[in-house]
Amino acid sequence: MTDQAHNGEKVAWTEQELAEIEEIASRYPSRRSAMLPVLWMAQHKFGWLSLPVLELVAETVGVPPSEARAVASFYTMLKKKPTGRYVLQVCHTLSCALNGAEEIIRHIESKYDFDENGNTPDGLFTLERVECLASCGSGPMMQVGEHYYERLTPEKVDEILAGFESGEPLPTPRPEADEWQWNLQS
Amino acid sequence: MAMEPSILTSRWKIPDAHRIDVAMKHGAWATLPAALKMAPGEITQVVKDSGLRGRGGAGFPTGVKWGFVPPPEKRNGKPVYLVCNADESEPGTFKDRYLMWKDPHMFLEGIVISAYAIGAKAAYIYLRGEFGFVRRRVDEAIAEARAKGFIGRNILGSGVDVEVYTHLGAGAYICGEETALLSSLEGKKGQPKLKPPFPAVEGAWRAPTIVNNVETMAAVTWIVGHGAAAYREFGTEKSPGTKLLSVSGHVLKPGVYEIDMGIPMMDFIMDTAGGLRPGRKLKAVVPGGSSVPIMTPDEVARATIDYESIHEVSGSYLGSGGMIVMDDTTDLAEGLANLLRFYAHESCGQCTPCREGTGWMFRILKRVKEGRATDVDLATLKNLADNIHSKTICFFGASAAMPVQSWLKKFPDEFFGRVHRTGKVGYADVGAEPPGGDKPGGTTQAAK
Repeated sequence: MTDQAHNGEKVAWTEQELAEIEEIASRYPSRRSAMLPVLWMAQHKFGWLSLPVLELVAETVGVPPSEARAVASFYTMLKKKPTGRYVLQVCHTLSCALNGAEEIIRHIESKYDFDENGNTPDGLFTLERVECLASCGSGPMMQVGEHYYERLTPEKVDEILAGFESGEPLPTPRPEADEWQWNLQS
Repeated sequence: MAMEPSILTSRWKIPDAHRIDVAMKHGAWATLPAALKMAPGEITQVVKDSGLRGRGGAGFPTGVKWGFVPPPEKRNGKPVYLVCNADESEPGTFKDRYLMWKDPHMFLEGIVISAYAIGAKAAYIYLRGEFGFVRRRVDEAIAEARAKGFIGRNILGSGVDVEVYTHLGAGAYICGEETALLSSLEGKKGQPKLKPPFPAVEGAWRAPTIVNNVETMAAVTWIVGHGAAAYREFGTEKSPGTKLLSVSGHVLKPGVYEIDMGIPMMDFIMDTAGGLRPGRKLKAVVPGGSSVPIMTPDEVARATIDYESIHEVSGSYLGSGGMIVMDDTTDLAEGLANLLRFYAHESCGQCTPCREGTGWMFRILKRVKEGRATDVDLATLKNLADNIHSKTICFFGASAAMPVQSWLKKFPDEFFGRVHRTGKVGYADVGAEPPGGDKPGGTTQAAK
């Protein structure tokens, strides 16, 4: 079961990963609690959760494959389809919307040719509208990788995306608005 | 402007306070040794006496909740667990993220003290999936605290063991609901369970489990360190202490503020939070996260920021302290459609009224926003909300219904002005005062 191809790779854990999984499982009284941590590990390793990957997770955690698929289907951050290299997750919930989230989304949409899954043909970007990311005071904002890009303007978005186009790596994840209060008058 | 207290945020302005050496120079982990010399019951009593109420949104007294853990002889040999709710997903709320980012040792110390008080040997911090960067910082802080002997086995030679683990969610608002959070922690879909049994009796892995918010844990550290009486010097009699507010929307100084509970809400918005942009007028405020009822400017002017006043004046709630301020440029039909899109997206799908009703309400509001609805649709909207509220397993249904009910009731013009009038439906059918009424809200509000 575990040797099925996924993007041309063998779907299996390394010895080191298996040891890590055992350490994680030991934190809980039930092995099943390792489900989300292992799904995360699988997504980081394989890029997205294809059926062979979900079968591997099920086997690792000790549940039927249907259970791993059911759980993965419930959580929006677990990717059931391949994504672009940079997934642009733009918040469009109320506080960000009050401060121009739609303008930011339309701006990004106008820059690239996104298909119905939100992917660009070159595989570089995926655009996702996401719900509140707890950055309401520093919106509009988007998350790319783990990083929070905050107080976005179309110009700032252009700069960030140009960086990605030229192959810049993602920054060490943190919130850009490191301060917890902002004086928008200054 | 009243001076802002700084008991939960005292280290936020200190550079690198997330590092244990820096934090300890400013009081971190100084409370734990004294707490370990107290009996667990004494700590619970101090927290009860402080009047601390859960800071996640429900406002339930923390010490009372702890008291629901069954005594050892009634646990069937089960251990007790502490779970810290760091899922912070309520729109408008971003206080816990900064608390964990700026000063993780403040809430970690509270977690260890609380775990000791309730007899838990393991504590799990459940962070929303998007907080990967916060989780790394908290993990570093846990490792630092473990190296100093504050976390792990035989803490400071006391014989007390407390392990602390972080657990990352994966994108589901409902996991902030405590029984859904526990389902998620168990590796399942994050679907809520019927209460009772309450988690304090039967929670994670069917063992007694206390679920407390991040800010609550930070407050425990201060309360145990300074005493219940000192905490009660802040706030009001029924809402003691300070509260972290996160304010967003149309204010000039959005952000996180620690306030003395009981301060006038209008002063907070107009002074502390920087007020509105020049020439703008206040239209509405959602005071405690998107789920709580909306407030009119009249209500804001009469309310103080505490659990009782907000409810008495407006029927709304302090909730999580996530305050969304909207000025007179706001299209409330669009705003409510935005929120219902959120709730329709986030419904876990277990209960029919919520699963079907949230999507239905969103589709109606989308048509209202686009000018394709009639007044009959508004009555349907109100009817749907009334039939979702309190008819579901968890509070999510009510959380989706309350905005609809309150926005329609208090700002009917915003909605009736956007629909085709058949004449079959009037303001009373959406719970609002008829036009020309002199009660707060309704048309008189919009006319001001």
